[in-house]
Amino acid sequence: MSEGKKPDPLMVAPWKDPAATPYIRIQNVTKKFGDFVAVNNVSLNIYKQELFCLLGGSGCGKSTLLRMLAGFEEPDGGQIFLDGQDMAGIAPYKRPVNMMFQSYALFPHMNVEDNVAFGLKQDHTPKKELWDRVKGMLEMVKLSGFASRKPHQLSGGQRQRVALARALVKQPKLLLLDEPLGALDRKLRESTQFELMNIQEKLGVTFVVVTHDQEEAMTLASRIGVMNLGQIVQVGTPTEIYEFPTSRFVADFVGSVNMFDGRITDEDNDYVRISSEDAGCTIFINHGVAAPPSAALAVAIRPEKIAISRSPPANTQENCTQGIVEDIAYMGDMSVFNVRLKSGKLAKVTQPNLVRHTDDAIHWDDHVFMSWHAASGVVLTV
Amino acid sequence: MSRAGYLALGDQLATSAEPLIRNLVRLAPIRILLNLFGRLGLRGRGLVIFLPYAWLALFFLIPFVIVLKISFADQLIARPPYSALWELSEKGYLTIKLNLNNYRFLIDDALYWKAYLNSVKIAFVSALICLIVGYPMAYGMARADKAWRNILLMLVILPFWTSFLLRVYAWIGLLNNNGIINNALLGLGLIDQPIVMMKTDFAVYVGIVYSYLPFMILPLFTALEKMDVTLLEAAADLGCKPLKAFFTITIPLSMPGIIAGFSLVFIPALGEFVIPDLLGGTDTLMIGHVLWNEFFSNRAWPVASAVAIAMLLLVLVILYLQSRFQRAAEAP
Amino acid sequence: MSNPRSRFVTAWMCMGFAFLYIPILSLIIYSFNSNKLVTVWAGFSTKWYGILLRNEQILEAAWLSLKIGFITAWIAVVLGTLVALCLTRFGPFRGRALLSGLATAPLVMPEVITGLSLLLLFVAMEQAIGWPAGRGTFTIIVAHATFALAYVAVVVQSRLVGMDPSIEEAAMDLGAKPAKVFFVITLPIIFPALLSGWLLAFTLSLDDLVIASFVSGPGASTLPMVIYSKVRLGLSPEINALATLLVAVVAAMVVGIGLFSARQEKIRQRDIQMAIAANK
Repeated sequence: MSEGKKPDPLMVAPWKDPAATPYIRIQNVTKKFGDFVAVNNVSLNIYKQELFCLLGGSGCGKSTLLRMLAGFEEPDGGQIFLDGQDMAGIAPYKRPVNMMFQSYALFPHMNVEDNVAFGLKQDHTPKKELWDRVKGMLEMVKLSGFASRKPHQLSGGQRQRVALARALVKQPKLLLLDEPLGALDRKLRESTQFELMNIQEKLGVTFVVVTHDQEEAMTLASRIGVMNLGQIVQVGTPTEIYEFPTSRFVADFVGSVNMFDGRITDEDNDYVRISSEDAGCTIFINHGVAAPPSAALAVAIRPEKIAISRSPPANTQENCTQGIVEDIAYMGDMSVFNVRLKSGKLAKVTQPNLVRHTDDAIHWDDHVFMSWHAASGVVLTV
Repeated sequence: MSRAGYLALGDQLATSAEPLIRNLVRLAPIRILLNLFGRLGLRGRGLVIFLPYAWLALFFLIPFVIVLKISFADQLIARPPYSALWELSEKGYLTIKLNLNNYRFLIDDALYWKAYLNSVKIAFVSALICLIVGYPMAYGMARADKAWRNILLMLVILPFWTSFLLRVYAWIGLLNNNGIINNALLGLGLIDQPIVMMKTDFAVYVGIVYSYLPFMILPLFTALEKMDVTLLEAAADLGCKPLKAFFTITIPLSMPGIIAGFSLVFIPALGEFVIPDLLGGTDTLMIGHVLWNEFFSNRAWPVASAVAIAMLLLVLVILYLQSRFQRAAEAP
Repeated sequence: MSNPRSRFVTAWMCMGFAFLYIPILSLIIYSFNSNKLVTVWAGFSTKWYGILLRNEQILEAAWLSLKIGFITAWIAVVLGTLVALCLTRFGPFRGRALLSGLATAPLVMPEVITGLSLLLLFVAMEQAIGWPAGRGTFTIIVAHATFALAYVAVVVQSRLVGMDPSIEEAAMDLGAKPAKVFFVITLPIIFPALLSGWLLAFTLSLDDLVIASFVSGPGASTLPMVIYSKVRLGLSPEINALATLLVAVVAAMVVGIGLFSARQEKIRQRDIQMAIAANK
């Protein structure tokens, strides 16, 4: 029994525990710039040791929210609590919060060591302790040999690590990261993602990351808050956000998706049938939906959850439609098929390339069948 | 000097400046002063805004109010040589005497009219010549390779750091009847009578173009240098001949530089005093020169003030036009 | 560089630079002319330099100009930097537009107007409050600082605008108060602009004739005022010698700075190599 003991789910996911006190409490926060509402009545709880990602396009208000946590902007309405303390009116230099800037914002006239030591010097940390901590931090980010270099003598990845070390050395209650990997090239980004997660786990600091890159958010985050037009549209784990989007915006923004408009024709507690002209078939979903009968809604189906074949599948009555292949994009690990349905709608299907070569492969202008499982569709009412 | 060099110096400055300021603030007189400002609600940010504001208001804004006031005063033989604008009589009546004579004088006397028009003409023609002379130079500099570009840029800026007055003076030696140019031409036997160049409009044009040419070249160079050269390649690729590409692409894209350079020459040339004074003849009327003479030779302070106000209006009109053109040129 | 267009441009450039430098060269060459008639060559001599260096009036004026320039430059740098800070870092505040206008107006104001208006101010102030009593060095410094600060403000402002604002935010985020951020972070980064602003203010003050002539009083003749009074009377070999010395000083400075920045450029190139190597 003790061998197969699972970790307490509430320890791993404190947001599911109604008794847990959030570490950061954002309550009805609003920020306006002139007439433009950058952040609109946002409420959000973030728990200790979380790695929370704010995901959204440019101008969605994610950076403004981050800057309010850092204290560079004051909210026009609402409150922010950190560890139970109201942050209103507390200057950035007095907050137990540090930030890693998108541009890294390293002090160009100071070397690596002095950059990292800067924050501790402001606190008048005793000399010995100060340099010990700086040394330890540089070791952790693997920059010990670069202590006396100036920022312009470093590569992009090294600068990123200096910025991280500088922000972490003060042991903040909360670390804010603004597009932390945005300036790195692809290869470096992947390895740095894991490095960042390791460091976060090791130090147990709460991270709030702002990013526009959904892949980055998916890999890094314990939870993601998707933002649009100054509001948080959905909060959840990466799986929840991807598999159970609650709105058309989230379904469309995170990953790619086929969206079919339709109407409920038959429903019960444990199933629902939707007739969709868009899809050209009846869609059967094996769970109930909280929507009024005959309401206009959409069914979202991810391209990788659709099977494609030239021969008809076993059941062609439901969850199966037909079309003509218009385009095939070969991506190496998989192929993307664009299929023109009878309704005129273009549907997207991805298929892993399991074998190297087959004579039976689907070609342009082939007539194909597309089918999916009853659990694959997500019903969206908003 | 390169950035790194400056930054190294800056490092030292910063480390020494901070404790210095901290100690300065502790000095008694400064502490009392800061205390005083603090009581008036001027702390930190407020003080930073207040200091330059107060300086500029006192030494730049108020002086114009005084000029305006004196332009309405009477000329007196006294110290200072103008009448008061308002008087409190013994009975306590306030009398304000607005005297528009000085302005009427400006309109009636053809001298002022001519001086204004002539200044505008000379400044405009000089700016045009600067543009014609400067554009190919700026173009050549912007397209030169990098090492040369910096040297050429330095050569354009270098005269700035030597005395303006002495550079104008140099032209006296060149243009005089027995000056270097005439001596050379006489010596070569090309002429048998010296050409009269000094004390003419020609000398004034030469002086202004010479003095202000760098002001034209620099903004042109900036505009041309940041221009994307691939645009010209694209034009050539699409079948546009180089000369046509120059007129349809290079010139329109350097328009902001042209306008900036033009006004940088035109505006100071308009109020120029030294050049017409040293190189111009008695018939080279320029408004800055007229103002100087009214003030120093005639001691006519009220008239000089009226001339200054009229000149100020002219400058404002030009600035307005410039900003409109600039906006039009920068709009996509 | 062999097509006719670039040959035309090259030829034009050569002529343009000749136009810019022949007058200066002629000043230098004829300063070594032994003849009292400046433009009639009568043999090589350095006697005018000796005469110049014994000319009390010029030496005194030069010393006064240097003093005025030095003090002016400091005032202009402090006030100009404050203006630039207000306009770039303080966001919108009441009177910002006016400050911005006041700070750029001296750049486009004809010198005769600036000079006249300041003189009238000093006269009015003396009448009203008895200060400043008379005019001279002090009033020249005030006048020069007023128009030089506008140039400093422009130079510093462009540097502040070009600076990544997150650098200052990072310092604040790490616990530095605004004043400390300014002295430890902003000031060192904008130092190049302060230095060029200082030099610009110094040169402007040293070079100014018109404004100084208006606001000066008896006994305070700056170098340009003395040169002007001599030049009005015609050519003088002493002035040629003076000009040559001035050009020599400037040229030496420029060559020095050029060598220094070439060396810095080499270091920078090495640093870039280092960063590339570090990437591997």
